[in-house]
Amino acid sequence: MKEKTDFYAGSGEAGEGTVYTSMGGDWAEIAKEQAASEDETLVINMGPQHPSTHGVLRLMVECDGETVTKIRPGIGFLHTGIEKNMEYRSWVQGTTFVTRMDYLTPLFNEVAYCLAVERLLGIEDQIPERANDIRILMMELNRISSHLVCIGTGGMEIGALTVMTIGFREREVILDLLEAITGLRMNHAYIRPGGVANDLPETGIAQLHDVISWLEKHLGEYADFCNENPIFKGRMCNVAYQDLSACFALGVTGPMLRATGYSWDLRKEMPYCGYENYDFDVITWDAPDAYGRFRVRLAEMTESVKILKQCADRLEASTGQPVMVDDPKIGWPAQLAVGPDGQGNSHEHIKAIMGESMEALIHHFKLVTEGFRVPAGQAYVPIESPKGEMACHVVSDGGTKPFRVHMRDPSFNHLQSVPIQCEGGMLADIVVAVGSIDPVMGGVDR
Amino acid sequence: MSEQTPGAEIAANADQGRQAKPVAVRKGMWSQGTGDTSGYSGIVRTLPTPTAAQQPFGSYFDELHDRLVALIPDALVQVVVDRGELTFYVAREKLAEVIQTLRDDAFLRFEFCPSVSGVHYPEDTGAEFHVVYHLQSMTHRRRLRVETTCPDSDPHVPSVVATYPAADWHERETWDMFGVIFDGHPHLTRILMPDDWVGHPQRKDYPLGGIPIEYKGTVVPPVDARRVYR
Repeated sequence: MKEKTDFYAGSGEAGEGTVYTSMGGDWAEIAKEQAASEDETLVINMGPQHPSTHGVLRLMVECDGETVTKIRPGIGFLHTGIEKNMEYRSWVQGTTFVTRMDYLTPLFNEVAYCLAVERLLGIEDQIPERANDIRILMMELNRISSHLVCIGTGGMEIGALTVMTIGFREREVILDLLEAITGLRMNHAYIRPGGVANDLPETGIAQLHDVISWLEKHLGEYADFCNENPIFKGRMCNVAYQDLSACFALGVTGPMLRATGYSWDLRKEMPYCGYENYDFDVITWDAPDAYGRFRVRLAEMTESVKILKQCADRLEASTGQPVMVDDPKIGWPAQLAVGPDGQGNSHEHIKAIMGESMEALIHHFKLVTEGFRVPAGQAYVPIESPKGEMACHVVSDGGTKPFRVHMRDPSFNHLQSVPIQCEGGMLADIVVAVGSIDPVMGGVDR
Repeated sequence: MSEQTPGAEIAANADQGRQAKPVAVRKGMWSQGTGDTSGYSGIVRTLPTPTAAQQPFGSYFDELHDRLVALIPDALVQVVVDRGELTFYVAREKLAEVIQTLRDDAFLRFEFCPSVSGVHYPEDTGAEFHVVYHLQSMTHRRRLRVETTCPDSDPHVPSVVATYPAADWHERETWDMFGVIFDGHPHLTRILMPDDWVGHPQRKDYPLGGIPIEYKGTVVPPVDARRVYR
């Protein structure tokens, strides 16, 4: 549709040149009309409602023919004020909020937040070993599921639909296990300041072994489909190129940094949650393009399976040990037990506080309604999420609620590098570049 | 969680000339403006905040501090070592120079700036806004927090985008959320809120919003208007 006025221009914004509104299926017509005019510069607005922008990312593209001359990302369409909201809720309720930020890596959000709160509380060394092992188990499961979405949707966007269908098949197996452990597929709020909400269910280890053998059987398929596929390589190699110095300047971490050949993984460099007790390798690649990032993610999933196996052994050995810090002022007094309706409280605990000890009832009530106080100060704790350095900056004024919480989401930084990866390239390669950055707008906009 | 009287340290802190971070004084158990039936309405609590550290700081902190002071003698207003994290308080006039030195000097070499964020302390008169820079040295495996302040009446802080391009969006977010103006930023515009938004949502005096909920004849007020523990 050719127009003289721009419907989408803001008030007071002057429209410039001819305005086309593409309604789908009319691209050839627009290209023909534009070719007839002398001006070859096209300004294209891509998103925020575009399937390949991974949510609501807006890209403003200036093209000369099919070559991108300028591109600017616009964000903020999914801003929900989570950080502001957390200032009105207790410290424990905070996990319910952060888990909704980057919704593909909910457990990493929770771990980053809880580690920061634990540092403020000064209980970092008192977290039980079993709680740390469960945290690592959950994070590595989550790392695989996040990489699967990245590889799957990234593949779908360049036409490799099978990669997407098998990617979501494997992801569903992992989410089923997460559901068995936490009660929810996503938005778990499972990791709490002081430990984790619940111990593994009785069948947890057996289910974990099933998932591990499923993944070992199927993860190889991605390499068979993609690694030497000429079409796949043709779309991915030398696309979205970004070298080490650009990564440093723009604050890029994670698989994009490791694809440049620089071996930087916070799990190795500054271990947390006991990662120093696990044996795994940091994956690097020698070509900082979309293909290199794909290979890094692929190999990282295999490394994560290696960690999962060690988790299974360690958790089997520590069955029955506590999963919450031994501090009645912080740790939730009751563990949930599954009732006949699939939900419920621990019956022994309810019996004790309702029938035997009024003090225990008061204590439970105070901890749930008032929460605990966190000494004043600030902490910044970074962890290695599937996308890069995910960190939480928490400030406390000594009260029962956070004074300020700021999440440093890796995707927020990574989207800044869209121009450097896309300018000078082809219009169609924007989709590959954004797919290889793997942004999740829930985390970017928060 | 111990509640000691911090009087002595605070006084010493104020003597050093730094705008000491506000020490919260709380009266009663509940949020302001609500009735108190708990019997604790007369209670007054002073909550201690981390105070200035004296050398030796321990860990790699002394080495870092000495090197920076050797290069820029009046760089630091105050050093805080708290919970294993090092914080340099820098006057905003010195910020650009300090940040560039931290990046460029071979013994400091903080080549990476992962995060910039703001904090609003309405009670810290004359330094209501704190801008917090988190730096990381991959060469030396070190982390550092640099903090600077500006008053509400003159919310200007120099931009560090020239040194760390990664700070670009972070400074835009801090402007968007707190209204801190970063002088020298190439295009300081709103990033998360709509372009025509009025106000800066993360300021403490900006309301959370929300509507009361009616349930079976009882009205539950929105979360920011509920009576809560502090």
